[in-house]
Amino acid sequence: MREVRKSILALAAVAVVGALVLPAIAATTLNGAGATFPEPIYSVWMYKYNEIKGIRVNYQGIGSSGGQRQIKAKTVDFGGSDAPMKGPDLREAGLIQFPMVIGGVVPIVNIKGVGPGELKLTNEALAAVFAGDITFWDDEAIKATNPELELPNEPITIVHRADGSGTTWIFTNFLDKVSPSWHEKAGFGKVVPWPVGVGAKGNPGVAAYVQRVNGSVGYVEFAFAKQNNLSHVTLKNKSGSWVQPTIESFQAAAASADWESADGYYLVLTDQPGEGSWPIAGATFVLIHREQEDAAKVKAMFNFFDWCYDHGDEMAIEKDYVPVPENVVEMVRNTWRTDVVSGGKACYK
Amino acid sequence: MNETTRQRRVDRAFRILTASCALVVIVLMGGILFELLRNSGMSMKEFGFGFLTSDAWNPGAGEFGAASSIFGTVVSTAIAMLLAVPLSLIIAIYLVEVAHPRVSKIVGGGIELLAAVPSIIYGMWGLFVFAALMQEHVQPWLGRWFGFLPLFQGPPMGIGMLTAGLILTLMVLPFITAVTRDVLQMVPPVLKESAHGVGATMWEATRHIALKYGRRGIVGAVFLGFGRALGETMAVTFVIGNSHRISSSLFDAGNTIASSLANEFNEASEPIYLSSLFELALVLFGLTLLFQTLAHFWVSRMQRQEAGSR
Repeated sequence: MREVRKSILALAAVAVVGALVLPAIAATTLNGAGATFPEPIYSVWMYKYNEIKGIRVNYQGIGSSGGQRQIKAKTVDFGGSDAPMKGPDLREAGLIQFPMVIGGVVPIVNIKGVGPGELKLTNEALAAVFAGDITFWDDEAIKATNPELELPNEPITIVHRADGSGTTWIFTNFLDKVSPSWHEKAGFGKVVPWPVGVGAKGNPGVAAYVQRVNGSVGYVEFAFAKQNNLSHVTLKNKSGSWVQPTIESFQAAAASADWESADGYYLVLTDQPGEGSWPIAGATFVLIHREQEDAAKVKAMFNFFDWCYDHGDEMAIEKDYVPVPENVVEMVRNTWRTDVVSGGKACYK
Repeated sequence: MNETTRQRRVDRAFRILTASCALVVIVLMGGILFELLRNSGMSMKEFGFGFLTSDAWNPGAGEFGAASSIFGTVVSTAIAMLLAVPLSLIIAIYLVEVAHPRVSKIVGGGIELLAAVPSIIYGMWGLFVFAALMQEHVQPWLGRWFGFLPLFQGPPMGIGMLTAGLILTLMVLPFITAVTRDVLQMVPPVLKESAHGVGATMWEATRHIALKYGRRGIVGAVFLGFGRALGETMAVTFVIGNSHRISSSLFDAGNTIASSLANEFNEASEPIYLSSLFELALVLFGLTLLFQTLAHFWVSRMQRQEAGSR
């Protein structure tokens, strides 16, 4: 009997010590949630960071809207979103946002005999295809820019996202900018009333549908198109030159953008000027609260983001993302300095 | 303490334990219904009854209507039931009345295995294998011979309402077959033997004795499959094409209530969007309840008729 009592006491002691120690360990864990698009690069960074610094950062890819919802509800330490929030909305919610990494969206096609980059579409033609105004691949508007291709007399099937998505937000923002008739019909957003087509869930879903259906066209993140060898489309940018989606053409789009005058970094990298700019690029953003309760936690968070900006570039490029330009990173650090406080004191030095 | 009070106590404890476990079911049901009602309040106020009849679905503009989702749910389920019920009955009859016991055992085992395959597997198989088959062979053939019907018009995409209906057929088939087989096996052999004794053919004995004896169980089996088809989510989401439109062609893409919820719940940021999705879920809850009640009603009516005819 005494033995049993002893072991119960020992167990209780362990439990008490555990209860005291565990929160201390948990404090060095950072939690984030949001956009699925940057999830691959975030997880590489987080894995590496944990390996080097021993600090765990978790990120759940639950979608951009979910990210915004969760950070507003303070269930996570930081949120992720592909669609930036507007300046006034940010202030109302007591948040700041900053670009973490840049990527691009590429239209992909499945037409017999047409390889990657071979099909050239003007902005008008692309918008008309997605609006359902051009319904066959051998339409004059498509033939005009592709005299060397044998385009089949096949109906066009549009494949779009069925779930709300930052990718859709970026892509439709581009269509909205370049085509007045698209603006009339559908506008832009994470979900839009698609005039025609079928919906698939996530980037993998869209890619699978496009690969399945002959004569289809869809849009996915660049990283996804590249890693799966999908046939992308060559597009004409604002400066009038034909461009291919590459790391360089995304970088060009990011570099020529006017970050300085963007309120709360609300900047969409679609239809940017510049000879080599890919017209459908976009940054993905991180959201944090201006007023931080836990000074130690926010310090750990800034350490992590700093480390990503300083040491994450190569990993990003390897995963087909584009690092945020150096001058923009400096601007972001300034924002941290001036805007984020804990108990009335600035958190970032 | 004497023996009877102890027994009584045990009995009471047992009664309380079982009753409280049963209560969990009621509490769960009520909780789900309450939550659905509470969360869909905003959308109910905003759209009223028009939510059920409007096919507008434009989250950007804050317009929501359930008609296309209800339509898709009903049509895909109808295709599945239309094909799966007769097929299942035929298979079950074959297994019990016609097949050699060894064959019956092997095929029956296969059917039980099929029933245990997770729905995501059906979805992936449907998208990667079955959709291709539909696009290259089935849909062009249907379009050529039956293209005059509005049901089979439009480009063959391989995915869409018809494909979703057929995948559902494959999914509910093993359910209905397995239960129907068990029901038919419970028909007392003496009944069938006497039918044969008075000179009934195999078909007559099956039709007038086995099917009649087991028909309540068979109706139950059908509704089991029906419930699965109505609420099936992942497999349908994979192949239905997920568009909020009502189309007369079965080749076209559509959506069901369950697939819309699976697709859109994560990214529904505006309160009215979320609320509309909750109301959609409430509609599905209501549909299921409605059909369950109808089934119950039907079975008990059949019971009364039988009692009356005796």
